[in-house]
Amino acid sequence: MNVGLFVPCYVDQFYPDVAIATLELLERLNVSVEYPDGQTCCGQPMANTGCNEDTAPVARRFVEIFADYDMIVCPSGSCTAMVKHHYAGYFADNDAKFAHVRDNTYELCEFLHDVLKIDSLDVRFPHRASIHQACHGLRELRLGASSESMQPREDKVRRILDLVRDLEIVPTTRIDECCGFGGTFAVNEPDVSAAMGRDRVADHLASSSEVIISADMSCLMHLQGLIRREKRPIEVMHVAQVLVGRKLK
Amino acid sequence: MSAAQRGNSRQSILDRLLSKDITVPPLPQIDHDALVRFDDPLAKFGEMLALVGGDLHIVDSSVQVMSILGELAVFRDAARIASMVPEVVPGNFDAAAIDDPHDLAALDWTILRGEFAVAENGAIWVDGNSMPHRVLIFIAQYLAIVVSRNEILNNMHEAYARVGHPKPGFGIFVSGPSKTADIEQSLVLGAHGCRKLQVFVMA
Amino acid sequence: MSTPLPIIDHPIAAKNFVTNDQRSPWHDTALWFVRSKRDKQAASVPEWEYLRSLASQIKTHTIADLGRYLQEFERNATALGANVYYAADAAEHNQIVLEILRRHSTTRIIKSKSMLTEECGLNPFLEAAGIDVVDTDLGERIVQLRGESPSHIVLPAIHIKKEEVGETFHRHLGTQAGASDPAYLTEAARGHLRGKFLAGEVGITGVNFAIAETGGLVVCTNEGNADLGASLPRVHIACMGIEKLIPRFQDLAVFIRLLARSATGQPITSYTSHFHGPRDSASELHIVLVDNGRTRLRESPEFRAAMHCIRCGACMNTCPVFRRSGGHSYRATVPGPIGSILSPSQNPKGHKSLPYACSLCGSCTDVCPVRIPLHHQLLAMRGDLVSKGLLPLEKRLSMKAASFLFRHPTLFAIAGRIGRISLRVLPHWATHHRFNTWSIARELPQPPRQSFRQWYAINRSKMLPKASEKLS
Repeated sequence: MNVGLFVPCYVDQFYPDVAIATLELLERLNVSVEYPDGQTCCGQPMANTGCNEDTAPVARRFVEIFADYDMIVCPSGSCTAMVKHHYAGYFADNDAKFAHVRDNTYELCEFLHDVLKIDSLDVRFPHRASIHQACHGLRELRLGASSESMQPREDKVRRILDLVRDLEIVPTTRIDECCGFGGTFAVNEPDVSAAMGRDRVADHLASSSEVIISADMSCLMHLQGLIRREKRPIEVMHVAQVLVGRKLK
Repeated sequence: MSAAQRGNSRQSILDRLLSKDITVPPLPQIDHDALVRFDDPLAKFGEMLALVGGDLHIVDSSVQVMSILGELAVFRDAARIASMVPEVVPGNFDAAAIDDPHDLAALDWTILRGEFAVAENGAIWVDGNSMPHRVLIFIAQYLAIVVSRNEILNNMHEAYARVGHPKPGFGIFVSGPSKTADIEQSLVLGAHGCRKLQVFVMA
Repeated sequence: MSTPLPIIDHPIAAKNFVTNDQRSPWHDTALWFVRSKRDKQAASVPEWEYLRSLASQIKTHTIADLGRYLQEFERNATALGANVYYAADAAEHNQIVLEILRRHSTTRIIKSKSMLTEECGLNPFLEAAGIDVVDTDLGERIVQLRGESPSHIVLPAIHIKKEEVGETFHRHLGTQAGASDPAYLTEAARGHLRGKFLAGEVGITGVNFAIAETGGLVVCTNEGNADLGASLPRVHIACMGIEKLIPRFQDLAVFIRLLARSATGQPITSYTSHFHGPRDSASELHIVLVDNGRTRLRESPEFRAAMHCIRCGACMNTCPVFRRSGGHSYRATVPGPIGSILSPSQNPKGHKSLPYACSLCGSCTDVCPVRIPLHHQLLAMRGDLVSKGLLPLEKRLSMKAASFLFRHPTLFAIAGRIGRISLRVLPHWATHHRFNTWSIARELPQPPRQSFRQWYAINRSKMLPKASEKLS
């Protein structure tokens, strides 16, 4: 099995350690993984703005880059959902390359849970943490059961984090409310976005958590921006960083 | 706008709907095995009625009904009581003798017959044909409904099946007293209709 | 009389409300409470998800075959003695209602909640014609007395505090100055509206469901106001959008089970009234079927499912944007997620900002009792607006630039590097200012020296042939 590592553009530029942690984790689990050069972005910013003409060449380029891999793994539910659920309009119905990429792209926790089916990890994280359920992982990829839905589903992010020794996960009051990042939403609606983010930070703080863990770094970038501006006593970490035993700052 | 133009709107709306053909998927048939049923529908009905703000009384006789009502000051002090079930609660006000429903404005109590009750939501089906004016349900300050113990259904699917094809006129599910939460989500009973609802389930 | 608020872009319209650190959290908490009640009720129905699927299938079927079902409904309703009218648009709807009122020389109307009449602007139209319209739903009466419009389709006065209701009632109903107890204020409204009910000459109601098979109407209320309004006067006018139709009487079970649970977290509304024909031979029932853009919406494969909406308001209660920005920020009759599809489909230019007033979190899609894929429609509506040329130029250009950058990895790497270096070397004030919208409330990420791609090139020797070269 040859895995292509799909690194979101903002992770590449601003949070390289998230990608390094993902790579290291997969290597430790004996996955043959490569980072295909030339990748940039899945096209979500344009697609979410409605600029489909500007998205199309980016999407096609993405599929070309990743088509030769058996599987594609990405440390972001949102970017994975873009490829799996929002690419179809840019490809012909019978495009075999696209179908292959769509059907074989996995969010990291999903890959660990569904494909590798790992049941142990030699890692310790002796902290009290809370989980931020990123919306697209939750409601597009169905990595867990959303609070609105009455259909039971396994919480894959949680299952994977449960393998970490000495990690205490504390619940928030609103278990899966949006943080208000929303890509371009964060700048189109700065006031609402910031209000939503502040409410999430307050909820995590009230749970006595030391660190917010999420499978999506974009939400954390937004929350971290608010935390640092308002000097709140809480950190953020991507789930991959926890899974390879990075220390809490 | 003339009536003729209006006729045009009917035609143009229907033409547009009928000319744009959209694939029609079949209507689903409901799998009744997938629907909730209760081991003790009466207990569930009581639980739900309490949730919606109604008071349940399980009784054997009209004597018992009268004694329960007699304990309520608002019943003892009531001047005008219209009863659709005189064999259980004798009224003192003949609503059938009234022509204009506005003349029922001063009514204190209405006693109704419920055809059946629904366990899942505490609702009771009242047939408008069982009373001379349908406003009796809404205009009285207090409401009591008498329903047979053998008529507690599980869910709304059973309820609509029980009604069958509705007769011309009026029918209603009543679930608890009139209520509102329009001021800061504070629940207040007695918005425009009855202030309290007494339900008597008779053996 | 309420004057409609001018249409302005959502972020601007929302600003005052969302930055009010008292009102916005208070509003958010109130609606979250409703959403939580909904969750409890939904969880109490083991077949909840099955019901949602049934509702979706029934609606999909009905809207597809709407022409036939409308004819069936008209035939059956007419046979029961009702008068059925078709209105192409809001103006015709209002005219039909006015003509009925004129025929009865009526000037006193008691009205219960109907989003359709809000959509058509019936109240101001009738008031301009000298007719006194009293909204009898408590929330609607509150906003009517204040000269406002409802901010939520189910909870019209959810944005108003009890002290403000107290002031309004003090002024209009003579309640005690400073009184704000909801029970006291509700009692005062009961007394005030009893008088209006008894004086009303015609009752106007909305319609929750119309049944093709029987020609009947269903109206759901908690207060009993629609029922009083339709049971005291001799004339009942029911106004409805043509999408309210359902095929069979039995189908009501599915929708009644979903509606109140989704809307307010009640197992069912206090009153679920079924009207089949006029009250008696001396009474009249008029049913006005309104198109107003619905036949056009039906023809759009992308947005047709928006017609499945049963107006429960659950998408508003769950929407994190709505809860914080308030319903009036949408400047539309139907606000929130579903309104952000319906309004721009009616008036794309006016409501072009609404599909963007959404973080695409998808909560609305999962809460919707009839499974409208709301957040996917909101996304699709953005594409629709862009194709109509309605995206502001600077946004269009910035997306073109981004697309160009993402197609040229070397350029992307260089741009990223320059960006990160600037962020590192420039003083804080040069990168965090009011022209950088991100940085108004948030810090920018702390830029690392190395991007991942730089790290990978150095730390992993086994590099692939450059995909970028293959592609160029």
